[in-house]
Amino acid sequence: MRPFVYERPTSVSAAIAMASDPDAVRVPPTGASTQFIAGGTNLADYMKLGVARPERLLDLNTLAEPALRQIRIDDDTIRFGALVRMGEAADNNDVRRRCPVLADSLKFAASGQLRNMASLGGNVLQRTRCEYFREISWPCNKRDPGSGCAAMEGSNRQHAVLGTSDACIATYHGDFAQALVALDATVDVEGPRGRRTLAFAKLHKRPGETPDIETDLAADELITAIEVPLARWSTRSRYLKIRDRESYAFALASAAVALDMDGETVRSARIALGGVATVPWRAREAEDALQGKVLDEAAAQAAAEAAFADARPREHNAFKIPLGKRTLVRALLETRDLKG
Amino acid sequence: MSDAKMSSGLSRRMFMTASVSAAAVMPLVNSPTRAAQPAPAKPGEPRDLSAVSMRINKQTYNLALDNRTSLLDALRDHVGLTGTKKGCDHGQCGACTVLIDGKRVLSCLSFAVMNQGREITTVEGLASTGGDLHPVQQAFIDHDAFQCGYCTPGQIMSAIGCINEGHAGSEDDIREYMSGNLCRCAAYPNIVAAIVQARDEIRRA
Repeated sequence: MRPFVYERPTSVSAAIAMASDPDAVRVPPTGASTQFIAGGTNLADYMKLGVARPERLLDLNTLAEPALRQIRIDDDTIRFGALVRMGEAADNNDVRRRCPVLADSLKFAASGQLRNMASLGGNVLQRTRCEYFREISWPCNKRDPGSGCAAMEGSNRQHAVLGTSDACIATYHGDFAQALVALDATVDVEGPRGRRTLAFAKLHKRPGETPDIETDLAADELITAIEVPLARWSTRSRYLKIRDRESYAFALASAAVALDMDGETVRSARIALGGVATVPWRAREAEDALQGKVLDEAAAQAAAEAAFADARPREHNAFKIPLGKRTLVRALLETRDLKG
Repeated sequence: MSDAKMSSGLSRRMFMTASVSAAAVMPLVNSPTRAAQPAPAKPGEPRDLSAVSMRINKQTYNLALDNRTSLLDALRDHVGLTGTKKGCDHGQCGACTVLIDGKRVLSCLSFAVMNQGREITTVEGLASTGGDLHPVQQAFIDHDAFQCGYCTPGQIMSAIGCINEGHAGSEDDIREYMSGNLCRCAAYPNIVAAIVQARDEIRRA
């Protein structure tokens, strides 16, 4: 591992000032010389592998602002401080009661130990576990722009079928982000150029020709909070995750679903798909296919067909298309059967 | 392998020999009473050592560590507590599980320097001073919840965390919430039985 300087800022403004650098707006955060660390479960791993090579780490665990560690719930929002740990949010009874898809997306992610460590702000920014990205001897356009993509013709069983490009097919593996993108969450960001609130759907960038640019954040910007609006669909929501083993594995396919029903009819549906796409994936075509329909198996199947209409498989991951469709159909029918 | 230098500067053979006697190992590693080397007041070069003070099994340790040192390596190579095991060193196996401020975490993914002032509990800190085993330790023996034993310290620490979190209610819950601890000998049924016994004993106490 590359040696690094370690520092402990005591406030958000101090952390931002310490990270502020003229280069910070030109270099993606993952390539910056100064980087933030909270739980460290993703960054420490990638530093050991030489994938992440910061020269300086700013420890966010010493930030004093209490709101960073709080979950605040009122009538129409759940607000998570960025340093709330995954396990705390997963175990919060009010989060589970008001919006089960949030709690389940966290409960079925990682392991008990990792959930105790990983912050929510870091969780949404986790990087892909593409095997070729992880091992630095392989070409990888995300890790080493312009070097090529070894996954295209390689062992690509885990890789994405939606949102891919000719440069990158790496999957976004997070679960919580699927719930957030489905529910129209927003992210509060602070940086030297001020504060801004960003739609969660705008946080992650599809790989396109620049898979090394993963998010809309600059290297000196910090996520301080994630806010989820609560509405008629929040309680009737569910996260279904299908894996190679029953627990402690990334999704092969997953679905975050929230439904606003008028009797048997869908007033509106919110759907996101995990394990199959390069970024947190809102399936708007599937939502549109369900609007105003009676939600039976045929309607769910039609929605699933719409969700995967543009899927582009590679040699080993074509199974994700039928698996993803079946996952969504089951998630829709199970969510329908929940009490609203 | 015997000539390989460990990060604290002693060879594995020396360490193994010294480990036979706890008294002999102490002068070779950072001991509870030995003061850390003074660290720079302001962070300077990446290779400068950092001063870290932690409570480990109710004893204060002042260490001078390279920032890259994981908590796992600090425990094993600098403090001499080798009960915590290094499996994958990438957060995938759970063998390195310890408690930090009472919560189970993976010591391989935690930089030691980030644990300033924290309370660490390792498997060595579980038994009473009189030698009575922790209920989870005793339950693992009672149920033969291991074969090779390499994952066992991590399983035990994780089981304590799982019970304390209230996630050991049913056998299904135990399997779900213990899934971060892999056992290649596949002693899982016995591990679940051990946790059920320990849970009930801890609830009664």
